[in-house]
Amino acid sequence: MGLRKSCSGSAAPAVLLAIVLLILVGSTLYFHIAKTWWFPPAITPVGHEIDQQFMITLVATGIVFVLAQVALAYLVYAYRDHGQKARFVRGSHTLEVIWTTATLIIFVGLGVMAQHAWGQVHFGGPAPGALQVEVTGQQFVWNFRYAGPDGQFGKLNPKLIDASVGNPLGLDPNDPSSKDDIVSPDLYVPVGRPIELLIRSQDVIHSFFVRELRVKQDALPGLVIPIHFTTTTTGDFEITCNQLCGSNHYHMHAMMHVMSDADFEKWEQQQEAQNAQ
Amino acid sequence: MSSHAHSVHHAEAPKGFIRHYIFSLDHKIIGTQYILLGLSAVTIGMILSVLMRIHLGWPNAHIWGFANGIMTPEDYLRTVTMHGTLMVFFVLTTVPQSGFGNYFLPIQIGAPDMAFPRINMLSFWVTFLAMIVLLAAAFVPGGAPISGWTAYAPLSSIGEIAGPGQGLGQTLWVVSIALFCGASLMSGLNFLATTIDLRAKGLSLMRMPLTVWGWFITACLAVLAFGVLLAACILVLLDRLAYTSFFIPGGLSVSGQLLNHSGGSPLLYQHLFWFFGHPEVYIAILPGMGIISHVLSTFSRKPVFGYKAMVYSLSAIGFLSFTVWGHHMFISGMSPYSAIAFSVLTLVIGVPSAIKTFNWLGTLWGGRIQFTAAMLFAIGFVSLFVTGGLSGIFLAQPALDLYLHDTYYVIGHFHLIMGVAAIFAMFAASYFWFPKMFGRHMNETLGKIHFWCTFVGVYSIFMPMHYLGYEGDARRYSSTEAVHYMTEMHAVYLFISIAAIITATAQLFFYWNFFSSWIKGKKADQNPWHGTTLEWSVPTPVPHDNFGGKLPIIYRGPYEYSVPGMADDYVPQHLAPELVARAK
Repeated sequence: MGLRKSCSGSAAPAVLLAIVLLILVGSTLYFHIAKTWWFPPAITPVGHEIDQQFMITLVATGIVFVLAQVALAYLVYAYRDHGQKARFVRGSHTLEVIWTTATLIIFVGLGVMAQHAWGQVHFGGPAPGALQVEVTGQQFVWNFRYAGPDGQFGKLNPKLIDASVGNPLGLDPNDPSSKDDIVSPDLYVPVGRPIELLIRSQDVIHSFFVRELRVKQDALPGLVIPIHFTTTTTGDFEITCNQLCGSNHYHMHAMMHVMSDADFEKWEQQQEAQNAQ
Repeated sequence: MSSHAHSVHHAEAPKGFIRHYIFSLDHKIIGTQYILLGLSAVTIGMILSVLMRIHLGWPNAHIWGFANGIMTPEDYLRTVTMHGTLMVFFVLTTVPQSGFGNYFLPIQIGAPDMAFPRINMLSFWVTFLAMIVLLAAAFVPGGAPISGWTAYAPLSSIGEIAGPGQGLGQTLWVVSIALFCGASLMSGLNFLATTIDLRAKGLSLMRMPLTVWGWFITACLAVLAFGVLLAACILVLLDRLAYTSFFIPGGLSVSGQLLNHSGGSPLLYQHLFWFFGHPEVYIAILPGMGIISHVLSTFSRKPVFGYKAMVYSLSAIGFLSFTVWGHHMFISGMSPYSAIAFSVLTLVIGVPSAIKTFNWLGTLWGGRIQFTAAMLFAIGFVSLFVTGGLSGIFLAQPALDLYLHDTYYVIGHFHLIMGVAAIFAMFAASYFWFPKMFGRHMNETLGKIHFWCTFVGVYSIFMPMHYLGYEGDARRYSSTEAVHYMTEMHAVYLFISIAAIITATAQLFFYWNFFSSWIKGKKADQNPWHGTTLEWSVPTPVPHDNFGGKLPIIYRGPYEYSVPGMADDYVPQHLAPELVARAK
């Protein structure tokens, strides 16, 4: 009894709680409006669409967040024990129906809106004439393979995999179409042209991620998973592995160079010349 | 059923230390054992998280316990694995359900014990064994596994070649989790049988305290989910030891060596794991939801707002929790069309969660709020649940998950909603029930200091992680040095590390309070909080035979606070109508 009494009467905990909750709301709003830490600019049309969906979700959930935290702060302050009688209320059927319907519409509505961007990434294939690049993850490097002038990827034979002799993918030299394949430790793509990446893994699961593309895709051993995009800006972007793949997971890093058509052709020719030697 | 329970429950406690305190059949002792096991697990798990934070904040710092004081990348991942496994299984799953549930479910439903006391004892000791096996993994050659608490195949199933710790360490990890599954299945069945069969006369389902509902639904989930994880563990074990290929496809070349497996599917493992893993999230939080409703009602001196809505939403969450596992796999390579179904179902599960939040606010509204330490933690829980729940609305959309998946955003999200919220429920339960369990009060002032440090602390740790996620920073990285955009964020990493160290240190208030109050806390009377449910109808501390052989009869619902026309502001469930004092 004594303990229970000692907790009543004082406004201090109520005020303190209200202040902490308001600081939480204030700082969260500040960092989101000032965009102190934020996404890098997207470089694909679908990336912009995803950003837009993010902002819509942010506004919707932001309003709920502010209202709920402020309501909590208000309730603990307003109804702190100062000797009043508690109201005897068992609930309200009307309120239950209202807030259930409202959250259902908001949450599912957001989900339905988001499907378009997801479909853009995953449902359709790339535009015709897309440049195909095979992306292979292995502990702890990425390799990028281009079909070369013949437009055909050569056969791979896992028995031949040996990075020390310069064959990290196990290209089969007996297959004529493998002769002109280009294998590169970084990804080079021309700006404005549809690109299709064929993502695979040679050992455990990895995950291909470029922030500016807004796309992440696991590289799953035993499966080739295609993703596609068309960039709108040239530049150099970091590729990281996002699925825990072993000790040096943190070090599995490569670059994506988005170049003008002319630069890309020049790079391709250099690679082909090297292959010919 | 009840005659069976009686038969093992003689009116007198068994004599002898071992039968009484070690291999006890008494649900109260077993509950306490689970809580102490969880307390050891959370202590180790928290120390490991501090070590990770020291390493991330000060990459060159010498850290005690590692060879030459250097935390290598594999040491970091070992720490990640052990932290996650201890916290998810041996703390979040164990304490709210098996700990507090074991102690208070039988008392709250007016039963002399659990339905199967021997199985109850067995569940505890198998859980104990599971934890020993898990900890042993850290001390075998190769050390603890580096594959995280999710242990994705094939990293977890191809053996030593996958990396340090993936040999014997990973095998022990799998064995430990399989044991844990067995214990949880037994425990879940016990909870179900007890709740269904041993309720006191008059205790209809809609008169059960919400804590009992929480434990009951959680037991349903445990029985359905842990069997699937057990299957996954057995298949991983077969892949590792019997050279089967359930999860390993053909043609894998690891470190230049061709593996002799073919035909398996790494995605199958993920489906099995998350079919367990998502209900598991709710196994961790549903008992907490029950506890929070219970505490909020008691210290608002009001009935729980929308009791029935609370019951239905708990049940809805329980049911839906089995339909959303795919949201962990949006980028895994599963069919992108199924992502739509998983996405919508995930957003739908947000609705009963929101209903609960609104009803908690409704419970506070118009109340007479008493700021005990337990109540502060319950209010903190509501705030954390709102914050952690709303970030889930982003992750539930596959288009946004494309970016946020496996970043620090996810870490911030699930720590707030599953980790810290559940821990707040455990703290609330500790401060609330300690007097009943040990006959003494915890110190309220220390409890409040503990609350303020922890509440401000956890927000300072986990809110900035969302911002790291916006920047695309990947989780499970032992160092940011290889990625330019991650290195740039060092100030935020440092801030989180400092917040984590302070918050972890502040937990000493709790440890001190817990153990010193056990010995010399202020003596508690039978019903210190003026509660209405059955645990407050039995003497403090609770005798070996809960109700002294005379089972209670229930006359009303669980939260009859401030009923108009009554002399007191609470009407206990077991009090016969003619004994209830009317206001003059």
